[in-house]
Amino acid sequence: MATLTEAEAPPPPSPAVPTRRTSRGRGRLVPYWLLLPGVLWLIVFFALPMVYQASTSVQTGSLEEGYKVTWHFATYWNALSEYWPQFLRSVLYAGSATVLCLLLGYPLAYLIAFRAGRWRNLVLILVIAPFFTSFLIRTLAWKTILADGGPVVGALNALHVLDVTGWLGMTAGDRVLATPLAVVCGLTYNFLPFMILPLYTSLERIDGRLHEAAGDLYATPFTTFRKVTFPLSMPGVVSGTLLTFIPASGDYVNADLLGSTETRMAGNVIQTQFLRILDYPTAAALSFLLMAAILIMVTLYIRKSGTEDLV
Amino acid sequence: MTKDHGGDVRLSGISKTYGSFTAVHPLDLTVPEGSFFALLGASGCGKTTTLRMIAGLEEPSSGTVSLGEQDVTRLPPHKRPVNTVFQSYALFPHLDIFENVAFGLRRRGIRSVKKQVDEMLELVQLGEQARKKPHQLSGGQQQRVALARALINRPKVLLLDEPLGALDLKLRRQMQWELGRIQTEVGITFVHVTHDQEEAMTMADTVAVMNAGRVEQLGSPLDLYENPRTTFVANFLGTSNLIEAEVDSKSGGDIVLKAGDGKLVLPEARCSAPATAGGRVLVGVRPEKISLTHADDAGDVPVGRNRITGKITATSFTGVSTQYAVDSSVCPEFVVYVQNIDRDPRLVPGADAVLHWSPAHTFGLDAAQDIDAGVETVEEEAAV
Amino acid sequence: MALLRWTKRHLVVLAGLLTLGYLLLPNVVVTVFSFNAPKGRFNYEWQTFSTDAWTDPCGVAGLCRSLSLSLQLAAWATLGATVLGTMIAFALVRYRFRARGAVNSLIFLPMAMPEVVMAASLLTLFLNLGAQLGFWTILIAHIMFCLSFVVVAVKARVMSMDPRLEEAARDLYAGPVQTFVRVTLPLAAPGIAAGALLAFALSFDDFIITNFTAGSTVTFPMFVWGSAQRGTPVQINVIGTAMFVVAVLFVLAGMIVGNRRKRQKP
Repeated sequence: MATLTEAEAPPPPSPAVPTRRTSRGRGRLVPYWLLLPGVLWLIVFFALPMVYQASTSVQTGSLEEGYKVTWHFATYWNALSEYWPQFLRSVLYAGSATVLCLLLGYPLAYLIAFRAGRWRNLVLILVIAPFFTSFLIRTLAWKTILADGGPVVGALNALHVLDVTGWLGMTAGDRVLATPLAVVCGLTYNFLPFMILPLYTSLERIDGRLHEAAGDLYATPFTTFRKVTFPLSMPGVVSGTLLTFIPASGDYVNADLLGSTETRMAGNVIQTQFLRILDYPTAAALSFLLMAAILIMVTLYIRKSGTEDLV
Repeated sequence: MTKDHGGDVRLSGISKTYGSFTAVHPLDLTVPEGSFFALLGASGCGKTTTLRMIAGLEEPSSGTVSLGEQDVTRLPPHKRPVNTVFQSYALFPHLDIFENVAFGLRRRGIRSVKKQVDEMLELVQLGEQARKKPHQLSGGQQQRVALARALINRPKVLLLDEPLGALDLKLRRQMQWELGRIQTEVGITFVHVTHDQEEAMTMADTVAVMNAGRVEQLGSPLDLYENPRTTFVANFLGTSNLIEAEVDSKSGGDIVLKAGDGKLVLPEARCSAPATAGGRVLVGVRPEKISLTHADDAGDVPVGRNRITGKITATSFTGVSTQYAVDSSVCPEFVVYVQNIDRDPRLVPGADAVLHWSPAHTFGLDAAQDIDAGVETVEEEAAV
Repeated sequence: MALLRWTKRHLVVLAGLLTLGYLLLPNVVVTVFSFNAPKGRFNYEWQTFSTDAWTDPCGVAGLCRSLSLSLQLAAWATLGATVLGTMIAFALVRYRFRARGAVNSLIFLPMAMPEVVMAASLLTLFLNLGAQLGFWTILIAHIMFCLSFVVVAVKARVMSMDPRLEEAARDLYAGPVQTFVRVTLPLAAPGIAAGALLAFALSFDDFIITNFTAGSTVTFPMFVWGSAQRGTPVQINVIGTAMFVVAVLFVLAGMIVGNRRKRQKP
């Protein structure tokens, strides 16, 4: 969104910073030629499909007879009334995963930025390296880790964690697999690096002397964190939460591999409608609703957090 | 390389506007071949823009740039026999020192560059560093690479954009001498942009003082210092004490002025403003020209000197001299530099004193100007 | 008491390391289970040690074909997205022009959109156009979603480049083409490389968008997805482990070279 605000800033009149603004006729077209192929690509394969989808969502008909635009907005109503639990789950699961990512990711980002010393690069590599193993393979590994009767489930059971999560409705009985907890756990795992990296970037920019200055001005380590470090890392927190929440809310892989029919999210419904049931208007309406919901939440969130320099 | 003596840089009516902002007002300027010319001014005064128009990096909104007989206004930078030492050097970080220096020769299709580059690196005493990358050198060394990279092309004109700005004070002084030596040695026209008045005065033989896109005054450093014609020049170059005074009468080439209850004398030749009886003039005098005498000894002050009485408000000892600030009825903060030869122990804050100087050291300026123009304030310094 | 104080002082480190463990645990499992000899079709439970899968990584029908297809796709998508993205990044940083805000939004939105939404709408377009789903539709989609990431990476680099360097080149008799080849491109290279690497990783590992646009074509992530329903061969873990190891070795080698260069500094 920063890119949006940045664009509105008028060009600086400073003569010392040259931005090419040639008055020669040929030179003026250069930026447009540079933009043309890429922007055309995005218009045709990103923006135009959105329009197509919008139109599909208000069409009626069948696969055999073809579809026509009939402004059938009832599709939206039907989709929403039938699939609201999946939408709610998307928001809840993605929200929980985002909070967990922040709680888990912050200490690690802090560790890399301030405490890792000469190990800093190694730890960073270890955060990024798992990316090179296909995320599907890694997600399947959670099936083994959370297997029924396995050591992890046994430990959670012994510590009575499962009693608590069971009471919260996150788990059922002695099982973790095929419960909401497994899905949230998978989502958290999958998007954790997207939280850690922006957090690290903004923490790393903080001048270490600020900590000393705060200490010098009678702040305890915790106060220093609360009043200095955390506020300064806000850009990282905001972009990290967005980079986690947005893909998590549209994800259907974790819900499919680690969950059950009781944990289906919006993404699963869209996927099924599109690729299995072939009910394109409903699928398009669902996809549009998801997009709208996310855009609204993201916009509100950015307004509230007041940080505009993202991306 | 070139034998013709067309090395004069001539700017005729060149100006530069960015939208509604005018960086340089139409300007005429001739830099004679072989001279060391300085463009001096505060940041944003248009000096760098002027330089960039000579280099071809900026297209003038109007006017022409000529080198000797050749009009180069429309020539792109890579076709002009002009090279630049950029502010903060702009050394190519991906090339080593040798390749940085060889860059211009190679682009002009010269194949065997080794001998020339080695010679040039010797000239700037960097022969050992040829295979290092720019970031491995110190600031002073980088500065010399930037100089070598430009000079090796034997340009008709060498442009220097704040070349010493990034160096610390000691190194800057040393490089000032060095640049002067090299300029005499190679005999190329140097055009030097700087905001440091001391740098401009020590190095250049001609200085153009720029302010708000205009050249305020042009001349030798001595001329500019002794005979400033505007308050900006008077304040920007060194320090001036300016007193607003009323013209009383004229007699024998001198102007007699009333300032407060006292009278001051100013040689008519040193007054750049029209002086008619009853009109107003700004009277200026440099702090080091003034003598300071304790009020008890006022009788010892020779007759015929301009004198003003006041109370010392502050003193500061700088080693070579002592600086006094004196509050007088005509000027709230008169600055006086007294050499530390015979210090009068009575001259302490609170003491009454007489300031006096030779009328010949007085200059006169048009009173219709801002009396504080060119005074560097703390905020301006911080903004740089 | 001392233990308590030590724990308190290093609480952040402990928490951070726990998170790191959480991040790496699946990779450990993947690696360990690449040496498993599972009973039945699924490789989720440990049975006995075996190196069979490592000696015969292509032993499963279609696996290596899908892998090579994914590599090809990633290579072409990287090339396309890097070229187009670099051009856009240069235009955005170096020039002022109309519609700047619109272009910026067009770059930003694909990154702020859940994949499933983009995938679904792209499929709608392809269906409407009657396009044959397969290699080309996947490639089009991959270039589309990699493009923005390349723009961001290259833009950051180009913005931090000193424009004076190019002016210096022009001042030193380099024409526009020479300036670009000798100065601009080498300086922008790290950003372009970072963008390309990101594009390669994103394309190679993409499942959701590929699943929608692939038709009956099977990429490596789709092969893994399919096997999750039908039976997971150990070879999947072998390939996952091998890629992890190769990537880490590459990065470590790069780091050692970089360190050595740094040490040459006086």
